[in-house]
Amino acid sequence: MTARTVRGMARVAAAAALITSVAACSAPSGGAAAGSGGADPVVVGMANEPETLSPLLGYGKDGNSKIFDGLLTHDADMKLRPALAEALPDVSPDGLTYTYRLRRGVKFSDGAPFGAKDVLFTYRTILDPKTNNASKSELDAIASVEAPGDDTVVFTLKYPYAPFAERTVLPVAPEHIAGKQDVNSGGFTTAPVGTGPYVLTAWSKGEKLAFKANPSYWGGEPAVKKFTMAVVKDDDVRATRLRSGELDGAILPPNLAKGASADGARKTHTAKTFDYRNVTMPTGNAVTGDTAVRRALDIAVDRGAMVDKLLDGAGKAAYGPVPTDSPWFTPGTERAHDLARARKILDGAGWVPGPDGVRAKDGVRAAFPLWYTSGDKIRQEHALAFASDAKKAGIQVTTESGSWEVIEPRMKTDAVLAGGGSPADPDFDQYLTLSSSLAGDGFNNMARYDNPVVDRALLDGRRSGDPAARKAAYDTVQRELALNPGYVYLTHIDHVYVMADRWDGPSTQIEPHDHGLGSGPWWNIESWKPKQK
Amino acid sequence: MARMAGRRTLFAGPVLLVVTFGVFAVAALSPFDPVKAYAGTAGLTASQAELDQLRANLGAGPPLVQRWWEWLTSALTGDLGTSAVMRQPVSDVIAQRLGWSALLALCAFAVAVLLGTGLGVLAARRQGGPLDRAVSALAYTLEAAPAFWLGLLAIWFFSVRLGVLPSGGLTDAGSDVVTAGQVARHLVLPALVLGLSQLPWFFLYVRQGVADALEEDPVRGARARGLGERRVLLGHGLRSGMLPMLTLIGSRVPELITGALLVETVFSWPGIAAATVQAATSVDFPLLAALTVLATAAVLAGNLLSDLLYGLADPRVGFDG
Repeated sequence: MTARTVRGMARVAAAAALITSVAACSAPSGGAAAGSGGADPVVVGMANEPETLSPLLGYGKDGNSKIFDGLLTHDADMKLRPALAEALPDVSPDGLTYTYRLRRGVKFSDGAPFGAKDVLFTYRTILDPKTNNASKSELDAIASVEAPGDDTVVFTLKYPYAPFAERTVLPVAPEHIAGKQDVNSGGFTTAPVGTGPYVLTAWSKGEKLAFKANPSYWGGEPAVKKFTMAVVKDDDVRATRLRSGELDGAILPPNLAKGASADGARKTHTAKTFDYRNVTMPTGNAVTGDTAVRRALDIAVDRGAMVDKLLDGAGKAAYGPVPTDSPWFTPGTERAHDLARARKILDGAGWVPGPDGVRAKDGVRAAFPLWYTSGDKIRQEHALAFASDAKKAGIQVTTESGSWEVIEPRMKTDAVLAGGGSPADPDFDQYLTLSSSLAGDGFNNMARYDNPVVDRALLDGRRSGDPAARKAAYDTVQRELALNPGYVYLTHIDHVYVMADRWDGPSTQIEPHDHGLGSGPWWNIESWKPKQK
Repeated sequence: MARMAGRRTLFAGPVLLVVTFGVFAVAALSPFDPVKAYAGTAGLTASQAELDQLRANLGAGPPLVQRWWEWLTSALTGDLGTSAVMRQPVSDVIAQRLGWSALLALCAFAVAVLLGTGLGVLAARRQGGPLDRAVSALAYTLEAAPAFWLGLLAIWFFSVRLGVLPSGGLTDAGSDVVTAGQVARHLVLPALVLGLSQLPWFFLYVRQGVADALEEDPVRGARARGLGERRVLLGHGLRSGMLPMLTLIGSRVPELITGALLVETVFSWPGIAAATVQAATSVDFPLLAALTVLATAAVLAGNLLSDLLYGLADPRVGFDG
């Protein structure tokens, strides 16, 4: 402690400023600090802490990492915009070559210039088998990455891959720092240097990450000069610290969010997502492998009740991987809750109710286990609701909980309450979960879904560069899923945040299943301005 | 006395060796998979080939004895290895966190020992009196209360209702320099909660020990000789009443470590305890082994300390007994 306490005298002033601002935050009106302009720090509470801040190990791979920039980035509508590249890439007619021209004059926060060598270093290091990056299969399409000049980068692909540009939002690391150390454990993993709007000033693991505005950011210096992410694992503690004024914003479960925003000084932000919960219907199980059972369960579940009761209304009924309000959604594939028809389908397929109410066919009881990850309350509640709806149709679902280690060996025959979703491109999630070529490969296609029509459409969707052809392909996938559901999709879950109402700018993007530090109303914090009174 | 300390230290070597091997063996048997823990949610979309590559990179392949031996030999040369889950060298993880945990534990211990002893002596003086009954009842309640629950209660009362103390972290969330004043303010609640959760044992032991001592002949003799009540209580009663408590000090060390685990989580205290849980559930061998060595060393040192204190307080106890 002594070594740290001797660090500069300026902290007395900092502490004084801090106490003032904290006092301001806790004042009911919440407006007292507005006069101090952008000096006002923003403190938000996170449930999870990243293990690493190195893009080489997977941090920020979906873009929006605050410390770093990718070649491209997303705007509020998740449309691609240039970042470290000066424009969107030139794609060759065969879809195999992507050429990026780099923005000139960009510097890393240590003052060193950014160039093509950093881009090459980043992609080549991630693809290196010795790098412990668990997401590297996302870059599987890359055959090579070259730099014909210092301001041009060319990716050559193994196969035409329409959504490839979406992958180039991943952050670029500086070769002159990260290239000189062990990529898996070097100092760069905890003390990153990037080109982004914010610079990491301190990372006290288990407590918080502190950032300051990057004065030489190529997009202009942010108005919010200080930004802190406090790590608070427990939902109740996070809500408490928010109400005591210590935090300006936090992610909260819907029921706690209601109480935290009740006094008017805070606003609830509900982020629409692609984050779904579904039940796998493994083909390897005699019951769930039967298309009649799949179709019956698909309409026996009461999705509306799940949204209202389990999610407090913060979500939507899900009929497939694509949420109903997305442009990729296929209208007409919604399925109404219809228990009578579900029973009729089962009767017609020969599943006859036994004396205990559970159906059977050719000596096979309509019963199967459903696993959910222990400790995950939302999955547990979805599993219980699914089991209770299935029972009404005469199918006995036994819910069981365990860690992934317990669940994985059983995925081939037992159902699993799974989650996923990626808004950037329909290919990202659907190819992995529905393609029969990936059945049972790791956690991909857990249900071992095998449908030649879907396989064909998924390939068309990833290879065609024509947006209309792609839309038609994913329409086919969704219609097929209605006829032969490999998964029963239950809900898309909104992410709920509560934020003090003191800035102009907080909004939300459409969020993926796995949301990192960049998701939340603070996704665009670099463009926030203090509210004018 | 020096001989006993020396002998115990020599004995500590083999104990630590056995304990680290035990950790490797138990971790190898555990259902947790280090590769899945490392990959996290990214592992859910990774291909099998990639997971296999990751397993090879993380060194999770070789058999148990070989892994343990490799860890041990490099640890003896000062290289504690790399923590997979923290993505940094184990020595860095420990250096960053150990100090904060030690600070918390020492303060909590001071609260428990001082408050426990003081209240114990006062309660023993008037056994069955109002103070004794009130504090004893409280002590039994505290003994049963989980530290986690006490922590949430303290946050609710002091941070939310009264707004006088910060509810978590090492410093105010918006501050990025660590000042002594801020740490002191943030230390109050966690140290108090951890200390209070340990208090009943000290209180109950001292109360009983002092009460018993006050019944003994030397005390009656002293009283008969007209010595002051203060002198009797502190000089005679406390001195012999302290004996069982001194043994307790050492034996509470493991309890203190597990208690800190929960308290650190509730208060977002960046100590070593939270890292221990993560290391265990992720089967992070190098980090887990190093932390186990530390915890074992703390327990052994605690036992040695209590024996030494006992010897100092009661000259009749032989150190080589």
